[in-house]
Amino acid sequence: MKLHLKTYLAILVIVIFAPMGNVLLGKGMKGVGSAATWTLAQFWPLATRILGNPYIWLGIGCQLTFFVAYMSILSWADYSYVQPSTALSYATVALLSHFLLGEFISPLRWLGVLVICTGVFIVGRTAPRSHTVPLP
Amino acid sequence: MMLLTFFLFFLIIVSGTGGELCVSRAMRAVGELHDFRPKSVLAFVLRGLRQPWMWLGVAMMAVAFFSLLAILSFSDVSFVVPVSALSYAAGALGARAFLGERISHNRWLGILVVSIGVTIVWWSGRH
Repeated sequence: MKLHLKTYLAILVIVIFAPMGNVLLGKGMKGVGSAATWTLAQFWPLATRILGNPYIWLGIGCQLTFFVAYMSILSWADYSYVQPSTALSYATVALLSHFLLGEFISPLRWLGVLVICTGVFIVGRTAPRSHTVPLP
Repeated sequence: MMLLTFFLFFLIIVSGTGGELCVSRAMRAVGELHDFRPKSVLAFVLRGLRQPWMWLGVAMMAVAFFSLLAILSFSDVSFVVPVSALSYAAGALGARAFLGERISHNRWLGILVVSIGVTIVWWSGRH
């Protein structure tokens, strides 16, 4: 597969599954109760409640999918290229937070998302690989 | 609450970025993935798991993950995710120092623009 094509495919998986995972984890954790009130004595009841929540497991599934795609892309592309490229996921997070969690996204926040996408475009125009010599 | 928020963001950013850098270093040692059949992908993942850097990276990312769970219990997803993007600056500096990546002027510019966007999103959460 061509380097650019498989790079873009991996980035597509990353920008969909990472935000989906975050949104699902957020939905699951909202039902657990604020971390500010957690105590060490509550460890087991809390762990049971978190691990018994289906949204948490769906979120972990999405994050694992993201992680495999991320591991793969890091084997051929620079970290400093991959990390900013995944910033497209901010647009996905905003959309999913709005439509699935009902969070309010102000015009200013949409502007921020647009600026992030511009930054991603600039980074996408640089070569995926800058190193020629493998690390020892 | 404020102190807890700062502490959790610190763990998410520092441990998360450090973990990604360790995983990146391990994957660099494993080599490039060419064959996308499930058996080959599994062998590729197992090769990655034999790297000590991978385990250190996974441990650090686990700390970041549980910190993320904790902060999501009391903050909006659309607030937490943009603020955790402070890791962009840490990531670029770490990639140069730890992985020996050369970061071109254009890529620095892109990282700068992304960071400005992230800052705007963060401010939108406060007003």
